[in-house]
Amino acid sequence: MQTRSSSSAPPPDTTSSRPSIPGPPIAGATHGRRIAARTLFAAGQTAELPPTTVHEAVRREAPVLEIEDLHLWYGDAPALHSITMACAKGKVTALIGPSGCGKSTLLRCVNRMNDLIDSVRIEGGMRLNGQSIYGPGVDVIELRKRVGMVFQKPNPFPMSVFENVVYPLRIDGERRRAVLEEACERSLRAAGLWDEVKDRLPSSALSLSGGQQQRLCIARAIAAEPEVLLLDEPCSALDPIATERIEQLIDELKGTYSILIVTHNMQQASRTSDYTAFLYLGRLVEYGPTEAIFLQPRRPETENYVTGRFG
Amino acid sequence: MSPPAVLRAAPATVPAGRRPPRIHRRRTSLFARGEPFVWLAGGALVLAAGMIAGLLLLVLYRGGATFWPRPLDEFRLLDGSVVLGEVAARESHRLAAHEIESLAPAVRARLREARGESSRTLVRTGNFELTDTHFRWVEDHLVAAHDRPEWALTVERMAWGRFYGTPRAYRVDGETVAVGPAAAWSAFAADHGGALARGRERRRLEKDGLGRLNQEIEACRLAVRAAELEHGPGSSEHARAQGELADKERDVERQAAAIRARIAALEAENARCELVLSTADGEEKALPPAEIVRAYPANRLDLAGKLSIYASRGWEYLTAAPREANSEGGVFPAIFGTVAMTFLMSVVVVPFGVLAALYLREYARQGIVVSLVRIAVNNLAGVPSIVFGVFGLGLFCYIVGASIDQLLFAANLPNPTYGKGGILWASLTLALLTLPVVIVATEEALAAVPSSMREGSYACGATKWQAIRRIVLPRAAPGIMAGAILAIARGAGEVAPLMVVGAVKLAPALPIDGRAPFLHPERSFMHLGFHIYDLGFQSQNSEAAKPMVYTTTLLLIAIVVLLNLAAIRVRARLRRKFHGVAF
Repeated sequence: MQTRSSSSAPPPDTTSSRPSIPGPPIAGATHGRRIAARTLFAAGQTAELPPTTVHEAVRREAPVLEIEDLHLWYGDAPALHSITMACAKGKVTALIGPSGCGKSTLLRCVNRMNDLIDSVRIEGGMRLNGQSIYGPGVDVIELRKRVGMVFQKPNPFPMSVFENVVYPLRIDGERRRAVLEEACERSLRAAGLWDEVKDRLPSSALSLSGGQQQRLCIARAIAAEPEVLLLDEPCSALDPIATERIEQLIDELKGTYSILIVTHNMQQASRTSDYTAFLYLGRLVEYGPTEAIFLQPRRPETENYVTGRFG
Repeated sequence: MSPPAVLRAAPATVPAGRRPPRIHRRRTSLFARGEPFVWLAGGALVLAAGMIAGLLLLVLYRGGATFWPRPLDEFRLLDGSVVLGEVAARESHRLAAHEIESLAPAVRARLREARGESSRTLVRTGNFELTDTHFRWVEDHLVAAHDRPEWALTVERMAWGRFYGTPRAYRVDGETVAVGPAAAWSAFAADHGGALARGRERRRLEKDGLGRLNQEIEACRLAVRAAELEHGPGSSEHARAQGELADKERDVERQAAAIRARIAALEAENARCELVLSTADGEEKALPPAEIVRAYPANRLDLAGKLSIYASRGWEYLTAAPREANSEGGVFPAIFGTVAMTFLMSVVVVPFGVLAALYLREYARQGIVVSLVRIAVNNLAGVPSIVFGVFGLGLFCYIVGASIDQLLFAANLPNPTYGKGGILWASLTLALLTLPVVIVATEEALAAVPSSMREGSYACGATKWQAIRRIVLPRAAPGIMAGAILAIARGAGEVAPLMVVGAVKLAPALPIDGRAPFLHPERSFMHLGFHIYDLGFQSQNSEAAKPMVYTTTLLLIAIVVLLNLAAIRVRARLRRKFHGVAF
């Protein structure tokens, strides 16, 4: 099934190359996770939703990440339905939507974290800087090194601040002290944490405050110079001050890094992002410049959500 | 929003004119409030804590009192005999009527008045070679007089147990040089140190000198046997080895003669002196000072003297080898064996258990097979430990050990080298025994590592192994250490399997010593737990060994606590690394 924007022409750069690559049966790790998303899809409901509304401004941007007709199932329950979007290079793209709409699932598709869940099945394509993510023969480990990810709760590793930041380099086998130190300082400076922790690099990362820990996780995510940075509700476990600091940081990182951020907080989306995608019931409803989504939404669902009528 | 219709309609459902039924609320019952359960739970805890504390206090008191020098009591009995010794126990009992009838009239009347109730005292009388007994019950109603003679000596000897008596004289070369208790005692005290040193030198010559020579000859004999096995009897190599053996035997005989001469000289020197003691019955006995380990006038000791005896016995206990069928002397070989075996066991069981748990928890697909394995591992912890002992004997000693003997020590056969119980096989057997503890604890520790850490690691591009090695294992290390602690506590206190795989009553040599190749994992060893069993149930002089049972128990508990404390320290240090984990 193909999804087209009803209000505009199809994206010129994606129509030609749209082989619907069937996702390989994802085998591998561990404990299944139950996602509430399945309950949202009553039979017949999906067919009634109109296709995605994409604003023209989005198409003028150079894409870093292209998602093409992506479908995802948890077992038999569909969680993502025909998502097609392109994220702009060097910009911040926010994914918003009510709980269970598939924002985080979509984000975790980018670095194939969903592979860790046994029951997940994926169809469709996704390309990072033109290179396929779900194609045959893609090395997941190599892919994840090209994508940085920050999680909902700060998850620093049980080691020193320094070792946390250089962890991606360490697992790449980097041993030269000078390279590691340079990467550590650069990442911590970029994450705005250098001045606070430069004297306590050897101390445990777990002794930092929650906000500092989350910025440490951001520093860790950008230490390996990723092509895209995924933020999965990075502020939901933080207090307002720490949240403000992180939002500042997102603003500073914009331009250098392409950022994809999932957030529940619409103010945050409107403050930090350049583009916003509204997901609902596993579908991409509307995608456009943040200002337009919040001030002149074209779809009634979007308007209802951003004005707080539901969600 | 208006309230739901049902709620608004509710009053109308009650028929008019009748009051709505009252809801009866009983006062909260005692059981509902849970007060009795607080008492029940608290009582259970108090009972458990009381039992543990009681056991520990008993062991601490009895074990700690073993080395305290007791006074010597002299009982003069109605029939004229005299009993001298340490009071070991007292108890009251009731005499049967016919027993009372056989007593003297005055005693009989007194006993009748007490309705047959009497008490008796167990006296450690020693002097085994004279009386054929170590202990004697003294009926209190038969005692005519009780005294603590000032100059009564307690003498601990190399053999024959203790001697109790009063010094009479001190002889050198058959001539009496001191007469009377005080003079004889001081003459003995002056000579005793030198005599003991000569005795130690003699034993050292026997063990290191003659022992080493024996080993050299044995090595030559093995070489002959090896040449015979390899090249056949009568071959040139065989003949040369035989020649070397003959040379060696001559050489060794010469050296041994020299050593024996030195030993004889030492013995002659030691035989010159004698301390003459008289027993309570008036018999005289001459003891050479070299035969005396320790002697003291028990009733003359002040507090400092008692403390010094206590310290000297405690030190001997910790550092010396046992004497007198283990009921006297020290337990150093057993301490050494216990610690070495526990250490060896931990070195084997921890990595092995951690690897097994890693596969079970991290790699294996969770399903029915893994569940079955897990159940099997848990049930392994319930198998009687003696079964592990028998299994270890069959597998390690008789199959693995015998194969090693065939391959590497063929010349020694039919004497087994590895094909018998030894510290290595005992450690491996106990490692099997404690494996479930480590696996279960490690699995729990691995499961407790938050999945956010794993995800964070994967998101950085780590492979599964990198995530495990760098994140999961360090984070689980304190929990793994907790498992190791439990395994150590279990392993160090285990006795039953050791009895069949290598623990012995008396080991001639330690498993680690100064002779090449320094580590002797095939050697039998002494173990404190087995030592306790041996003292308590296998000792010929069990009454004398009883205090040592308590002391050895105390020591074993102390060692287990010490090993645990060491492991807990390691765990605390690991935990401190993860201090501040709030989620």
